[in-house]
Amino acid sequence: MTSTDLNIILPEILLALGAMAGLMAGVYGGKDRSAGLICWGIAGLMAALAAFIGLTGFGDNVAFGGMFHDDGFARFAKVAILLSAAGVLVMGQDYMARRGLLRFEYPVLVALSVVGMMVMVSAGDLMALYMGLELQSLALYVVSALRRDSVKSTEAGLKYFVLGALSSGLLLYGASLVYGFAGTTVFSGILAAAGDGQAPIGLLIGLVFVIAGMAFKVSAVPFHMWTPDVYEGSPTPVTAFFATAPKIAAMALFARVMHGAFGGVTSDWSQVIALISLLSMFLGAIAAIGQMNIKRLMAYSSIAHMGYALMGLAAGTQFGVQAMLIYMAIYVAMNVGTFAFILSMEQDGTPVSDIRSLNLYAKAEPGRALALLVLLFSLAGVPPFLGFFGKLYVLRAAYEAGLVWLAVAGVIASVIGAYYYLRLVYLMWFGAEGSSVDTNRAPVLWVFLMGSAAVMVFGVINLFGIEGAAAAAAATLVP
Amino acid sequence: MTVMALAFYLFAISAIAGGLFTVVSRNPVHSVLWLILAFLSSAGLFVLLGAEFVAMLLIIVYVGAVAVLFLFVVMMLDVDFAELKAEMAQYLPLGLLIGLILLMQLGIAFGAWDAADGAAAARAAVAPEGVENTAALGLLIYDQYFLLFQLAGLILLTAMVGAIVLTLRKPRDIKRQDVLQQMWRDPAKAMELKDVKPGQGL
Repeated sequence: MTSTDLNIILPEILLALGAMAGLMAGVYGGKDRSAGLICWGIAGLMAALAAFIGLTGFGDNVAFGGMFHDDGFARFAKVAILLSAAGVLVMGQDYMARRGLLRFEYPVLVALSVVGMMVMVSAGDLMALYMGLELQSLALYVVSALRRDSVKSTEAGLKYFVLGALSSGLLLYGASLVYGFAGTTVFSGILAAAGDGQAPIGLLIGLVFVIAGMAFKVSAVPFHMWTPDVYEGSPTPVTAFFATAPKIAAMALFARVMHGAFGGVTSDWSQVIALISLLSMFLGAIAAIGQMNIKRLMAYSSIAHMGYALMGLAAGTQFGVQAMLIYMAIYVAMNVGTFAFILSMEQDGTPVSDIRSLNLYAKAEPGRALALLVLLFSLAGVPPFLGFFGKLYVLRAAYEAGLVWLAVAGVIASVIGAYYYLRLVYLMWFGAEGSSVDTNRAPVLWVFLMGSAAVMVFGVINLFGIEGAAAAAAATLVP
Repeated sequence: MTVMALAFYLFAISAIAGGLFTVVSRNPVHSVLWLILAFLSSAGLFVLLGAEFVAMLLIIVYVGAVAVLFLFVVMMLDVDFAELKAEMAQYLPLGLLIGLILLMQLGIAFGAWDAADGAAAARAAVAPEGVENTAALGLLIYDQYFLLFQLAGLILLTAMVGAIVLTLRKPRDIKRQDVLQQMWRDPAKAMELKDVKPGQGL
């Protein structure tokens, strides 16, 4: 351990210190009255760190003997994680405060889980991976049960916790088998040990268990069962958080482990991930059709989207990782806007999540309805919007890697999935007469909804330059 | 047979016997005592392996704290152990299955395990040379694995914050004593003297 090492993990140290300062301010300061201030403070710190990492980060820095990598890939993921977490924190504050849920521990726990995510995407060692993953998950278990007087919220927290512990167990068991094979937990050491393309049975079993553990964290089929219940039960701002930052972190971690540690046995894991991706796309598309609760609908939508992102990973190429990063960035931008809308859905001051309450919404609020239409078309992957380009990238990556069947299946699944997005649009414009939803007019929500919709429209010009950044990031991970 | 081998078999047999009697003994207090024997024998096995730190940890943490806690639970709580025992037969197949899986894993580990070429050397390379293992653990945890150690600390902090968030309830209908407020009260404002006429009341 030297000062160089500490310099490399400076953003993580700063955020952890920020969380502890927030905790102190909450405990000795105004308790829950200061929660709003802590929320803004921590969101501001996250945005500042994102700017710091994005603007000053340079080169491939390795700290703590290979345990921590600060490279282009990690920086891309960290900027996306920090920005989306800051956005969701600001967005949900009003909702939490009006329901009496804005406790000062909420921003602190979110900040701690973001520290865990930053460690995850930078992990260069199975032990660092596990530490980051646990730090992230533990904070998430707690925030999902934050509305502790509600049966659904506590059920969500408990379910998430028990299944999360099971998946951690699977991951650890796999990691121990991998260690037994390679004799080291450092990714570069595993890569060197399994580099010749021949994997013995012990390593393969370990690899499959590690994949299973991480597939749980990205909520890919068949490890998706917790997602709809947890999304539905958690307070909506927490659901918005679940759908954004942790997904990028888990996906980036997935890519780093697969390419960083098992890059020598690509053909062995690529088929497993291709299968997971196929199942996720179809289950997400079909199971969402019957959902009337918009939070459950978004849960199945996120399962399907993870399937597409995994398609990029299944390609096993540098372009595949680039496509996955672009897909995740676009996915997060879409989801922040969609959840800004869901947060504003209420009737007589109480939140509603039934999609039938959107009947003829367009007559009451044409501007917001149009913005949501853009976001939904983008989620479905309809051509003029940004979401289409995300899908195009992963489909191309799969096609170029020879997974033509997977690309074709992806197109079919996206057509099936378009149904439930378009049904929301149908309800808003042509739905039956009925009690319609009111809108929470908090300016923050309006800014995020409109901003996200504008990104979906104007992003098609040059994708805001993330294509080049993603290419550079993928190049540092896959040589 | 050397002393080492003799000690190994002695500890191994008493560990297995301890485990077995923990499960089958009728009196729950005896079960806990057998469990302590199993812990102690395992500690002996660790000493034979040269891992004296882990051995001491086992005695201090498991025998000293966990087993004593068990003993308290067994003696103080009113748990009907006869009923629990009756359910044991129902879980026996599951237990046997887990045992079988563990045996198969040991079989793979000692029989058919394929390690990479440099695995044994890589495994040994981490440990510092020439110091006893308490010092070696200190060198590793506070130097090479400093990051992991600190992250573990953050995880514990998160767990603590989480436990408080989810369980601490502020009592609503309880009046708390505020000593300062009591002392600063002005007697002139707190009390009022009334001149009550006899036979009328207030």
